[in-house]
Amino acid sequence: MAMNPSRKRRLTILSVIVVASALAISVGVYALQQNMNYLFTPSQVLGGQAHSYKTFRLGGMVKAGSIKRSETSLDVHFTVVDADGAMPVEYTGILPDLFRDDQSVIATGHMDGHHFVATEVLAKHDETYMPKELKEAMAKAHAGKPGLGSRE
Amino acid sequence: MTPELGQLALVLAFLLAVAQGTLPLWGAWRGNRALMAVARPAAAGQAVFVTMAFAILAWAFMHFDFSVQYVADNSNLTLPWYYRFAAVWGAHEGSLLLWVLILDVWTVALLFFGTRLPEVFFARVLGVMGLVSVGFLAFLVFTSNPFGRLLPEPPNGADLNPVLQDPGMALHPPVLYMGYVGFSVAFAFSIAALLSGEVEQKWVRWARPWTNAAWGFLTLGIVAGSHWAYHVLGWGGWWFWDPVENASFMPWLAGAALIHAQAITEKRGGLRAWTLLLSIFAFALSLLGTFLVRSGVLTSVHAFASDPRRGVYILIYLVIVVGGSLLLYALRAPKMTASKPFNIVSRETALLIGNLMLISAAAMVMLGTLFPLIGDALHLGRISVGPPYFGLLFPLLMIPVVALMPLGPFLGWGDADRDQITSILIRIGIAAAACALLTAFLTQGTFKAILGVASLTWIGIGVLLYAYKRYRTAPRGRRYPAEMAGMLLAHFGVAVFVAGVLLSESLSVTHDVRLAPGQTKEIAGYSFQFNGVHRVTGPNYRADQGVVTVSRDGSTIAVMHPQKRTYSNEQVQTESAINGGVFRDLYVALGEPMDPKNIEGAWALRLYYKPFVSWIWIGGLFMMCGGFVCAADKRFRIKRIASEVTPAGLVVEPQESAA
Repeated sequence: MAMNPSRKRRLTILSVIVVASALAISVGVYALQQNMNYLFTPSQVLGGQAHSYKTFRLGGMVKAGSIKRSETSLDVHFTVVDADGAMPVEYTGILPDLFRDDQSVIATGHMDGHHFVATEVLAKHDETYMPKELKEAMAKAHAGKPGLGSRE
Repeated sequence: MTPELGQLALVLAFLLAVAQGTLPLWGAWRGNRALMAVARPAAAGQAVFVTMAFAILAWAFMHFDFSVQYVADNSNLTLPWYYRFAAVWGAHEGSLLLWVLILDVWTVALLFFGTRLPEVFFARVLGVMGLVSVGFLAFLVFTSNPFGRLLPEPPNGADLNPVLQDPGMALHPPVLYMGYVGFSVAFAFSIAALLSGEVEQKWVRWARPWTNAAWGFLTLGIVAGSHWAYHVLGWGGWWFWDPVENASFMPWLAGAALIHAQAITEKRGGLRAWTLLLSIFAFALSLLGTFLVRSGVLTSVHAFASDPRRGVYILIYLVIVVGGSLLLYALRAPKMTASKPFNIVSRETALLIGNLMLISAAAMVMLGTLFPLIGDALHLGRISVGPPYFGLLFPLLMIPVVALMPLGPFLGWGDADRDQITSILIRIGIAAAACALLTAFLTQGTFKAILGVASLTWIGIGVLLYAYKRYRTAPRGRRYPAEMAGMLLAHFGVAVFVAGVLLSESLSVTHDVRLAPGQTKEIAGYSFQFNGVHRVTGPNYRADQGVVTVSRDGSTIAVMHPQKRTYSNEQVQTESAINGGVFRDLYVALGEPMDPKNIEGAWALRLYYKPFVSWIWIGGLFMMCGGFVCAADKRFRIKRIASEVTPAGLVVEPQESAA
């Protein structure tokens, strides 16, 4: 079939669009995959659920009395707990304003042996407010284990 | 008694909005001029009552009327008056009231400037604005009454979220809403055009100044928000790809695309359907933004405590508005109309590519922002999408935009003088390469810095060359019509912005350090000496205030006072100290005392040297000016009075502009 110039032009434009969108979608999906961070509570991590993720978010409450500052540097150690588990966390840097005992936090980072190394720590601005997703994750991790009393 | 008057005013405003949203549309459909004439007084009356309600709420804040729940929740006796005023929109109910108030500001502006629009068209525009208003007023009246009483009256109130106690916050929400809500005008114009069936090219010209002005406001709102985050929230960051920020960025991107699509439609008659669709998108994204911020469905670093039930209401409203307008669009959108033909190398192509990229970027941001919701719905677990997703994809999508931006004005409509384009390309290419080389030398080959300077030169020189060309070739007085001046300003703003982003990101030096009083830390040639922390008291907070003396080559440059404030309700807020300049910011924030019992001892401090960071906001302000200047173009004013219902024969202007 002979192509007239306008049809040929349309075909060129169409193929450029198809190639460009295929490229855009694959880059987009790749970037999305690389940057999806799942949220787990300490007991879920101990249960092996976070096993297959290099970077993830650890959510829970700061265990009272667990915050230990280094004497000489900005290193800090604390423990994040949910109703059924505890996870030691290591972080270097400045902690957010509302970071304190019994405050809900979400830390982004990775596992190093048996402790979690955080690269970012978030606490909420509003004292009474616990992130909805964290509340649900903690409830889920705690589900089916009656009698332990939620910390909420 | 007064708060009840406020509630009554809201109810009356709601009833008037219902009248404004139904009768004129009915009248326009049946050709009934009496019904169409309802639009004006109903709109004006609605505006009066909403203003009244707003004033009454502000009055309650000014007079500490803690019997009003909303006032008691968001202010107290020690809060200074200016923050009490800002507290009017500091939480959910008040911010909705502000939304409606600003919708009325735009409606009143329409009443003033739109008087020459054809009667039927104007009735439809006001009708659509009325319908938008109905949704929000119903929301206020039925679920979010700001005038609810709290009995018995407490002796003192709680406090305004300390994050919001900042001058930037007084400005940020109203201006941002001016932008969000401003897109409702372009939306109303496009719906009116769809309803009238014959999609006139003229409606686009009428809509253009409104779109440009709204976009200008939105730009200013985002700039203000970003700067506020920089010195209050962000520990020195200025953009976090946080859901709430994305919520304002999506309509901005769609608005930028709309501005350019409207130019094509107005000048060349092409892309009519696309322009209509973009008008709907821009407003829909504004509504989505309101929904995301107000519903708390997403975990955000600054999601303010919010109520999911209310989110459902906004979601339903969003579905009705977007679904309804898309349905109307599907039924009435113009068939593929033949636009004037254009060559591959032409301004149309450049604008089309720009549009495609901006909309792809908006879609990309939307996917990343809403992905946690999608993941949740599909039971994929609790997911968040990290900033690197946006940080990788957004610049990729913007490369063609930046590449084409300086060429756009040189390209003619329909066709281009290819020799001229080639010579321009060579000139700005050489300039960019030379500056890039110089930067590579100065920064020891820092890639982002090189890229930043190259982009600055590429766009900046392109803009200047075009300005010079106009200066040489156009007759005096007609060299820079407002529309073109606005375009050049906005494009120049992009150049400054890109340079600011890339240079500050690549050349900033930051240190989180532990300093005991008397200790010094050297950063980028500046020496920061920490001189300890002492207690100070503000009107409604007490603060640990640090003293940091910055010197360079032995001479003192600044004495900075970063604070850690504790507000009356025990909320803690960091106030950084910034010593700003055109070429660099010095930034100090107090972390925490190493020993909480001894604030006079060592502290964690964050010290920043941030070169060119202010260019980010300066660039944004240029863009804003571009939007406003463009909106002021005389060409967009409606010339002849449309006395009759017939829209024919209106606004025939021979004037041709090169923009």
